[in-house]
Amino acid sequence: MAPIKVHGIPLSTATQRVLATLYEKELEFELVPVDMKAGEHKKEPFLSLNPFGQIPAFEDGDLKLFESRAITKYIAHQYADKGTDLACGDTKQKAIIGVAIEVEAHQYDPIASKLSWELALKPVFGMVTDKAVVEENEAKLAKVLDIYESRLAHSKYLTCDCFTLADLHHLPTVQYLLGTEAKKLFDSRPHVSAWAADITARPAWCKVLALQKH
Amino acid sequence: MVVKVYGTVRSACVQRVLACLLEKEVDFDVVHVDLEAGEQKRPEFLVLQPFGQVPAIEDGYLKLYESRAIIKYYAAKYADHGPNLLGSSLEERALVDQWLEVEAHNFNDLVYTLVLQLVILPRMGKPGDLALAHSCEQKLETVLDVYEQRLSKSSYLAGETFSLADLSHLPGIRYLMNEAKMGNLVTERKNVNAWWEDISNRPAWKKLMQLAGH
Repeated sequence: MAPIKVHGIPLSTATQRVLATLYEKELEFELVPVDMKAGEHKKEPFLSLNPFGQIPAFEDGDLKLFESRAITKYIAHQYADKGTDLACGDTKQKAIIGVAIEVEAHQYDPIASKLSWELALKPVFGMVTDKAVVEENEAKLAKVLDIYESRLAHSKYLTCDCFTLADLHHLPTVQYLLGTEAKKLFDSRPHVSAWAADITARPAWCKVLALQKH
Repeated sequence: MVVKVYGTVRSACVQRVLACLLEKEVDFDVVHVDLEAGEQKRPEFLVLQPFGQVPAIEDGYLKLYESRAIIKYYAAKYADHGPNLLGSSLEERALVDQWLEVEAHNFNDLVYTLVLQLVILPRMGKPGDLALAHSCEQKLETVLDVYEQRLSKSSYLAGETFSLADLSHLPGIRYLMNEAKMGNLVTERKNVNAWWEDISNRPAWKKLMQLAGH
């Protein structure tokens, strides 16, 4: 019986972000499914775990958290000496990782999430892709990936030569987009392409993908 | 060594950084960026912040951008000086991170869109989308209901002491109450109102308001 519980579903990018971190840190946990279709996340008892009614929610013993990027940071720090070091370096290096984490959250994710929803998830739910939204967001993603391309010309990963939380946070949407027409935006940028191939091949990430198959 | 903060003292994201520097009594110089003339999109500025946004900071050879990454760095760097804005234990820090994420993902976009539609676009002589503004207002009511509940259990968002999570809200709420004239969203909620009165009366914030000429 693991003290760590993640309330969410394997399809959810935010849930995946947390699961990837737990696998990187080689931690035991229980994934507690949330019945999104039945609106379980908008009712009690789920609302006591996340009053905003969103997945994932997280428990580690008595500590309850929500917001995937706060959870991943907690895991990376609390279990610093286990598994992969996801928060390497001194205060200045951590600050640079902090910048890349904010960039993922504010510059990249809003666009990548919209595209993932339109191109990867809507078809799964039998909904129609909005081509105008796709076109608009592919253009925006191209500009962001140009900046990533320059960055990745200097180091193997976004902040240095080691894989950190900043790279990990991108995994769920990068994975979805590589399976759609948006893959072309990655393929046409050699450093971004190499980085995307590298991070999605990590054993911990492959374990997250295996969960989707059940 | 004086920290150079690139931006304008009226920009909400710049204010987030300045509020933190003032709380920590860190000396800074605001290097004015002419946003109306589009200075932030010019090549010389893009070297500092490739997404063409303010703020960016230079502290010796360290360059950072993304306001929430900057405040986390300074709160950590000067952890022993001035108020502790990060929380003491790992669990407290996780809660501060959680509510910083809430501000970034559940609160900020709504306030930003509201202010854009109701204040900024009209100032530029363009029509604001009132339906969109109204929809944001309704969503913000729901979000602030969650805050109201949270603040019935603790004096500040992450616990019993003022932290980065509270600080991060200051610029947005000020815009909401002053320029957007939606102060009722705050004043109609007893706990949110008490919290706002408390945090907006902190000496550091009042000093910033003087600097900004508000």
